[in-house]
Amino acid sequence: MAKRIEAYNVSSYYGSFKAIDNISMTVEPKTITALIGPSGCGKSTFLRSINRMHEVLPGARIEGRLTIDDQNIYDSDVDVTAVRRMIGMVFQRPNPFPTMSIYENVVAGLRLNGVRKKSLLDEACEKSLVAANLWNEVKDRLDRPGAGLSGGQQQRLCIARTIAVEPQVVLMDEPCSALDPISTLAIEDLMFKLKDRFTIIIVTHNMQQAARVSDRTGFFSIDKTGDPGRLIEYDDTQKIFSNPSEKKTEDYITGRFG
Amino acid sequence: MSLLERTGVAMTPGNIRTRKLSTAVVLGIAVAAVALAAVVVFGLGIGNWVLVVALGGVFYLAGVYVAASRVEGRRAARNRTWSALIHSACVLAILPLASVVWTLVSKGMERLDGDFFGSSMNNIGARDPEGGAYHAIVGTLEQVGIATVITVPLGVLGAIYLVEYGRGRFAAAIRFFVDVMTGIPSIVAGLFVLSFYVLIVTPWFNDGRPGFSGFAAALALSVLMLPTIVRSTEEMLRLVPGPLREGAYALGVPKWKTILRIVLPTALSGIVTGIMLAIARAAGETAPVLLVAGGGAAINFNAFENNQSSLALFVYQQAGDASRYAPARAWTAALTLVALVLILTIAAKLLARRNQLTR
Amino acid sequence: MGDTSPRSAETGTGGTLTTDGRRGSAGGGVPPAHTPDSPGLGGGGGLPRRTRFGMESGFRVLTLAAGAMVLVIIVAIAVFLISKAVPALRANTENFFTFNGWSPNGTEPRFGIAALAFGTVLSAVLALLVAVPVALGIALFLSHYAPRRIATPLGFVIDLLAAVPSVVFGLWGRDVFINPVRDFSVWLNEYFGWLPIFGGDGPFGRSIMLGALVLAIMVLPIITSLSREVFLQTPAMNEEAALALGATKWEMIRTAVLPYGKPGIIAAVMLGLGRALGETIALAMTLGITFDISANLIENGGNTIAANIANAFGEANDTGRGALIASGLVLFAITLVVNMTARAIIYRRREFRDSAA
Repeated sequence: MAKRIEAYNVSSYYGSFKAIDNISMTVEPKTITALIGPSGCGKSTFLRSINRMHEVLPGARIEGRLTIDDQNIYDSDVDVTAVRRMIGMVFQRPNPFPTMSIYENVVAGLRLNGVRKKSLLDEACEKSLVAANLWNEVKDRLDRPGAGLSGGQQQRLCIARTIAVEPQVVLMDEPCSALDPISTLAIEDLMFKLKDRFTIIIVTHNMQQAARVSDRTGFFSIDKTGDPGRLIEYDDTQKIFSNPSEKKTEDYITGRFG
Repeated sequence: MSLLERTGVAMTPGNIRTRKLSTAVVLGIAVAAVALAAVVVFGLGIGNWVLVVALGGVFYLAGVYVAASRVEGRRAARNRTWSALIHSACVLAILPLASVVWTLVSKGMERLDGDFFGSSMNNIGARDPEGGAYHAIVGTLEQVGIATVITVPLGVLGAIYLVEYGRGRFAAAIRFFVDVMTGIPSIVAGLFVLSFYVLIVTPWFNDGRPGFSGFAAALALSVLMLPTIVRSTEEMLRLVPGPLREGAYALGVPKWKTILRIVLPTALSGIVTGIMLAIARAAGETAPVLLVAGGGAAINFNAFENNQSSLALFVYQQAGDASRYAPARAWTAALTLVALVLILTIAAKLLARRNQLTR
Repeated sequence: MGDTSPRSAETGTGGTLTTDGRRGSAGGGVPPAHTPDSPGLGGGGGLPRRTRFGMESGFRVLTLAAGAMVLVIIVAIAVFLISKAVPALRANTENFFTFNGWSPNGTEPRFGIAALAFGTVLSAVLALLVAVPVALGIALFLSHYAPRRIATPLGFVIDLLAAVPSVVFGLWGRDVFINPVRDFSVWLNEYFGWLPIFGGDGPFGRSIMLGALVLAIMVLPIITSLSREVFLQTPAMNEEAALALGATKWEMIRTAVLPYGKPGIIAAVMLGLGRALGETIALAMTLGITFDISANLIENGGNTIAANIANAFGEANDTGRGALIASGLVLFAITLVVNMTARAIIYRRREFRDSAA
């Protein structure tokens, strides 16, 4: 199911402001790739460009090519909704639909895609919740509001909702930054488990997390405020954290950079 | 095989491409829909161009839905149809509103002259083309002015209670009933002042006869303005940052002084905005004035005695007048009234933009 | 903080705010709500005590009195309307709730609100049936479809329209809008005359339909601006969640925006209903003013409680006024129920939102 993602000279803009400049990288299937870097360096913007969520903001646009198995997702005849179904996304803050129950949250994506049969929905709901390590905690209260769960549970609910539509790629935008350490650990465990089925790209501020979970790491940086973010170095995680080839990366990793 | 592959809705890079309905096709459907509607309507002789447009709109929506579901799929088609419906709701609503504005200006210009603003309806018969709204303008200004003098202190103090002192059930009850009171029909406010002030209070001073007056109208308008002012002031006071108050308390300034010297001035422009909106609404009220002010064709500067008119009431009276000069007077008065209300409203909104307290 | 319970005057003699105390007593005409406390702990110290009639408590009582005015007015409205309505209701020789007609001024007063209440509800419901879908459409357009450049000025115009006095809409309905409505009525009567609501032999024009449409145009801005506010409050992260699942724009609105805004929409509609039920002048100018219960929408006719008050007030004698006040009391009760329901919904929603945050 997992697919290879390739970016060729991708630049993103908000109106006339250039947020990222000329990013090229390849993400292999069934790996976890971490994007790290200081605030405002464009790593989230790049992540949102991968499933075309970037263009939801008014005035946002993109240049360059972004392909998934050699299909450019920015071609004019590509259906945006199909891209987003194929490339799921988990956000920084847990965002279950507040008016829906746990069950309805998980199957929301399937219902959008026209799956109406109760047995299929039940099956998908259980499968996704099991995959998200949440089933045992909520199986007795599937009809309770999703917003009633704890923060960590809500985030896993959102992951279950994302993988219920069986995407090829899962993007995670700082998924643990609003969570406590124990919930963070639960999500990291989950990522290892999901790696077997999905290509995962995660943006994180937490370098230990990047070092723990990822196979490859990309370091983004900006020269000064107002400049576009650039990809400084992209390599195996072990190499980045032990022996980076760029001085800037080393400064950031060792804490000599803001 | 995965669940979604079985149901046929799984997404792979192979099937992310879709055909799009081109603009030319959409335009074609629009033209065809109108043409078809014209043929149906005129062919059967069942209506005029208005029906053609209405029917054409229905045909267009149906046509786009069918075409889009064949080319782009059902979900995209539904998206398109709803988007079209939402846009047409706007057009549908703008038509009558544009008509109101257009008639107001075109018919209102007819009597927009100095005489209109300089004379009353005293001794104006059915055959006299003259006559004006001077007395009504005087009435509106006095009634609204008195109502403002009554409600502003009451409303602002009440809001201060709700924000600064009110705790527990009593304050919650007041807050709830302030909201409920905003919904009281204006005619009920008029009936209240009629039954309380005009029929019970004034006869004591008036040899037992009920005394209709501009002041009674001002009382009725006060009933309508009070909840609006309390509500908007309360919202503004809540926006004043807590640290500002705490800073003053820490300096030993008593609470009442903090409220009057620090909290109120900070929220002032917002409060004034709310007051102006309430005034604008009150100035346009007809029903309560009709019940308790008594009307009257002559100029009466004394709001506390004898009948008084108001601009809104003048419009209503002229609209019901059989004289062929009356409609022109009604429209000009309506234009004046709308101008007065809109100037107040726009000024209030502009003031609100300068307000530095934001949510 | 909140507890500024006044101490007894004796303990307050050492206060520094003597002048304030004098002024405060003028404003503090209401007796203190609490019984005097025992002297403060560690009494006899050098610290200044609270004064019983200090500026502080005086100001507090003043604001309390102002706030309580609202409750006083609501109760006073009920009391005075009832006191004036009862004599007229006693004199009524017919049943007030079931009789169809309004002749309260003779020696044998006969009046009832059956037809009026029917017309009030019918015109308000029709107006909402027309206004609500259109208003929600415009609100969605302003919040989610229109670019900012258009949404801001258009929203401003809608707010301005909410301020246009009802007498202006009434005048427009009576002089201008009646013509297309009459044409439309004739057309409806010709082709759909077999339906009772479009039947009759005319004359057409000053009908329930004209009144309801004018009413719809009047409540449209209110419902629009309230529901636009609600739609704009939808958390952006929920909208993004829907989009990231592959929802189209409309599906995003159905999944995230509409469910979130539902209580707000219901409240907006109820407030619009309250406004429509109480509208007086516009309906007094556009309805045909008859006293029968008829489902016919297009023939001259129709009447409402409020419109009848405006129309019949001029000729009313003492009993006539009482009768009108009695009908106003019914209107007051109806709108009170509608508004309280709407507010209760909004309050519940507010708690729900606070707990979810």
